[in-house]
Amino acid sequence: MHGGDEVVAAPSRPPEPLDWKFSQVFGERTAGEEVQEVDIISAIEFDKTGDHLATGDRGGRVVLFERTDAKDHGVSRRDLEIMDYPISRHPEFRYKTEFQSHEPEFDYLKSLEIEEKINKIRWCQTANSALFLLSTNDKTIKFWKVQEKKVKKISDMNLDPSKAVGSGSVASSSSSSSPKPCLVNGSSFDGSYNNLSNNFFPPGGLPSLRLPAVTSQETNLVARCRRVYGHAHDYHINSISNNSDGETFISADDLRINLWNLEISSQSFNIVDVKPADMEDLTEVITSAEFHPTHCNMLAYSSSKGSIRLIDLRQSALCDSHTKLFEEPEAPGSRSFFTEIIASISDVKFSKEGRYILSRDYMTLKLWDINMDSGPVATFQVHEYLRPKLCDLYENDSIFDKFECCLSGDGFRVATGSYSNIFRVFGCAPGSTESTTLEASKNPMRRQVQTPTRPSRPLSSITRVVRRGSDTPGVDANGNAFDFTTKLLHLAWHPTENLIACAAANSLYMYYA
Amino acid sequence: MAMIDEPLYPIAVLIDELKNEDIQLRLNSIRRLSTIARALGEERTRKELIPFLGENNDDDDEVLLAMAEELGVFIPYVGGVEHANVLLPPLETLCTVEETCVRDKAVESLCRIGAQMREQDLVEYFIPLVKRLAAGEWFTARVSSCGLFQIAYPSAPEALKTELRAIYSQLCQDDMPMVRRSAATNLGKFAATVEAPHLKVDIMSMFDDLTQDDQDSVRLLAVEGCAALGKLLEPQDCVAHILPVIVNFSQDKSWRVRYMVANQLYELCEAVGPEPTRSDLVPAYVRLLRDNEAEVRIAAAGKVTKFCRILNPELAIQHILPCVKELSTDSSQHVRSALASVIMGMAPVLGKDPTIEQLLPIFLSLLKDEFPDVRLNIISKLDQVNQVIGIDLLSQSLLPAIVELAEDRHWRVRLAIIEYIPLLASQLGVAFFDDKLGALCMQWLKDKVYSIRDAAANNVKRLAEEFGPDWAMQHIVPQVLDMINNPHYLYRMTILHAISLLAPVMGSDITCSKLLPVVINASKDRVPNIKFNVAKVLQSVIPIVDQSVVEKTIRPCLVELTEDPDVDVRFFATQALESSNQVMMC
Repeated sequence: MHGGDEVVAAPSRPPEPLDWKFSQVFGERTAGEEVQEVDIISAIEFDKTGDHLATGDRGGRVVLFERTDAKDHGVSRRDLEIMDYPISRHPEFRYKTEFQSHEPEFDYLKSLEIEEKINKIRWCQTANSALFLLSTNDKTIKFWKVQEKKVKKISDMNLDPSKAVGSGSVASSSSSSSPKPCLVNGSSFDGSYNNLSNNFFPPGGLPSLRLPAVTSQETNLVARCRRVYGHAHDYHINSISNNSDGETFISADDLRINLWNLEISSQSFNIVDVKPADMEDLTEVITSAEFHPTHCNMLAYSSSKGSIRLIDLRQSALCDSHTKLFEEPEAPGSRSFFTEIIASISDVKFSKEGRYILSRDYMTLKLWDINMDSGPVATFQVHEYLRPKLCDLYENDSIFDKFECCLSGDGFRVATGSYSNIFRVFGCAPGSTESTTLEASKNPMRRQVQTPTRPSRPLSSITRVVRRGSDTPGVDANGNAFDFTTKLLHLAWHPTENLIACAAANSLYMYYA
Repeated sequence: MAMIDEPLYPIAVLIDELKNEDIQLRLNSIRRLSTIARALGEERTRKELIPFLGENNDDDDEVLLAMAEELGVFIPYVGGVEHANVLLPPLETLCTVEETCVRDKAVESLCRIGAQMREQDLVEYFIPLVKRLAAGEWFTARVSSCGLFQIAYPSAPEALKTELRAIYSQLCQDDMPMVRRSAATNLGKFAATVEAPHLKVDIMSMFDDLTQDDQDSVRLLAVEGCAALGKLLEPQDCVAHILPVIVNFSQDKSWRVRYMVANQLYELCEAVGPEPTRSDLVPAYVRLLRDNEAEVRIAAAGKVTKFCRILNPELAIQHILPCVKELSTDSSQHVRSALASVIMGMAPVLGKDPTIEQLLPIFLSLLKDEFPDVRLNIISKLDQVNQVIGIDLLSQSLLPAIVELAEDRHWRVRLAIIEYIPLLASQLGVAFFDDKLGALCMQWLKDKVYSIRDAAANNVKRLAEEFGPDWAMQHIVPQVLDMINNPHYLYRMTILHAISLLAPVMGSDITCSKLLPVVINASKDRVPNIKFNVAKVLQSVIPIVDQSVVEKTIRPCLVELTEDPDVDVRFFATQALESSNQVMMC
């Protein structure tokens, strides 16, 4: 339970607020261009080193990006200087490859369409420069290996490819429509080389035979699906998460969490089951789950009622009882029709050392210390100006949007998205008042909030501050019009540097500080 | 392009297809690698084929797996053991690939080759290879290296041995849990090659590291090492070093670790000797039998007989039996089921009186368990109790249990009990069977589920085998033959099937006098399916009966069926006729 003290050990003075700058954009929309539904990004994930970034979209594709800036690959700084190469101070990425991970399917037994949309991507342990990742849609998880393969040119064959067809009595069995030089050496041939018994070959071998020569200059990237983990979820998968032991992972749907071995796709073990005997009694569903980054036995899952449960896999095979429950006591008198809906947690993330858990509900971002289950150590209001409009947001279903959240690698800051393609970055070190609003565009500071809101304020005091009708409809705190349809749901923080990648519809924006 | 002589054509194709675009063709060529090697000769295999394979190792995993396997048996094709070292480089590369099954196969092949290599070659080639892999940049190489120490170590000179032990110790503390797991898995095999003084010092300290690993998955594997190491150590060392560890593990926070202990504990009893078993292992085992986690109790319950076999009966009665009693009423059906599958084996261990006094009540309560698997497991091991106390004491409770299972609404349960009927019949004896079970066996022939009817027909045959034709004529055959008049054609078909199974057991006379008329009669059935099954049965009966019967009875019937309006009936009738012709010609 002692996950190090990344924040506690912070310097007495909180770190200076970061100055965010635009870095890159992929798939930028030109003015007036319509966004294709299938191109909308639905998952973003950095790998452990931060050298690779993966995005998934609603069309079932996974796109990989790789880091290209000076840090990389065997080229010394001096060489670059000689080349008069500008040395970038922040990570830069380039498109690496993409592949179709999931296809739309139809479940004939249940008469259900299964969308191809990628719900989550998780990177696995890299080996031999081959990249491994897990991707999932609503039902099926797939394990991908992306690897450079040499493009081979074969020469020096024993048989001339052009003459081989029909050149001998045996060859007549080959299909002449195929350009391949050789025929299937299957059953039709078995007889022939069994006749070539041991004593057929002279002791020195047959000099006229030769091995094909293989030459290759270029390489290309090939993605291969190595395993498919299916048929284990009755409901929609909302999370997958790798274990620190490097051999297992979990997948969570609305009611159950299953544990898999990466090597075995035919069976999984149910470790959490919140399905009541009678579905009428259902009051709470699982919304997100994640393994602890270092303790292989711990995992956290969040619920639609706003609680986070920490469970210890060592205790029991089926973890019906949680080890710890993190829940904020309801502020008296503040209850309304929306209280339960907006309490639902859409995402939980552990900090890098595992001491803290960040959770996102509809209105706030909360930071929890896993050693303190009485309440969050900090609460950040993401878009308090929307509180008077909850009714509208409910009417158009926006209130059910699932925003993700992320922590910086050093644990000093947290970030999450909102509407109008904006996202917010808060300082969570003690004493920090950092609170930045950025827009996913080439000019992120366009909508900079001038007066930073105070973080770490308990939610109850905030609710009192809110006055009905303080905002004009459709206009945010700064008097800018805002738009429910452009929401920034997905974002990820680079594991070691101050770089945020976020998705605005089909575009991937990156900002650094 | 070379001109290839006609007879060499297939082998030339085989070689070219090593690089075909179609993976099936490449796989096929790799599977024939020995043929290619023979065609090229030993020298060119060494100088060309092996390097060629080494260079082309970015192939699909299926091909690499096949290559790793083939190379393991390649020594004869490269010119014998003095050239075995040329096989190492391609396998070394295969030891580093990402796919676990390829690496495992490559390690296996390397071990197989290394075991045949000459000592100086091992020192010159094999040991440097192990060291390179152990220092590999990627974890995959280091994982593979752990499995090779057992081959490298014995032939290493003293200084190198020290180094190898140090390297292994490093691997046990590797950053990557995968490497530590591999080190833990292979520790027992490596330890078996290490000299006793180093075993006590170096290996035990590695073992200690692994037992304190914070990854459950590593500690799990360290448990497996306990038994292996325990057998290598002197009893007093085992008591000093292994016993405290296993006792600790039996109280580990992680149920998975305790589960492993529950599975392994009995293996350690012999290694530590009787006194520590009594003082430490029995209490540890009792704790596991009463563990909070059902999975642990399942594992512990499943080993109860093996454990008791090692103990003396008094200890077993005093300490283990009370737990067994508790487990027989455990809240988890899987625990009871695991217990039921082994508990009968305790009867021979405990002897007659304790079995009657202590075990019998448990058997009886498990026989009345609400969960069919539990009852089935008891019934399946009936013979073990029979030898000790006889069946009479049980038979009273047995019958209701069998009847209930026989009528269970899940067909798989009914199927399972049918499988045990011949065993039951042999244990219970003819008299008991006649009274109680005969009717059940007939009833199954009329089950709604095909699998049950099928099993029932087979069961009838096995009973006839068990009790002999005379008994069968009295108790089975008439009842079975009666059912041929069942109005439903599926049941009539079952009877035909039963007849074809019974005929060989009953012998020629009974077949001709009793069975054959029924079959011939059925050839007049109105359902074509019955008729072509008649043809099939007749075909199977031909070898059993006398030639004259074939001529007089079977062939005319078949000839008639060959003129049937139904095409399938004609087909099978013709087929049967042809086979009768063949029999005649012989």
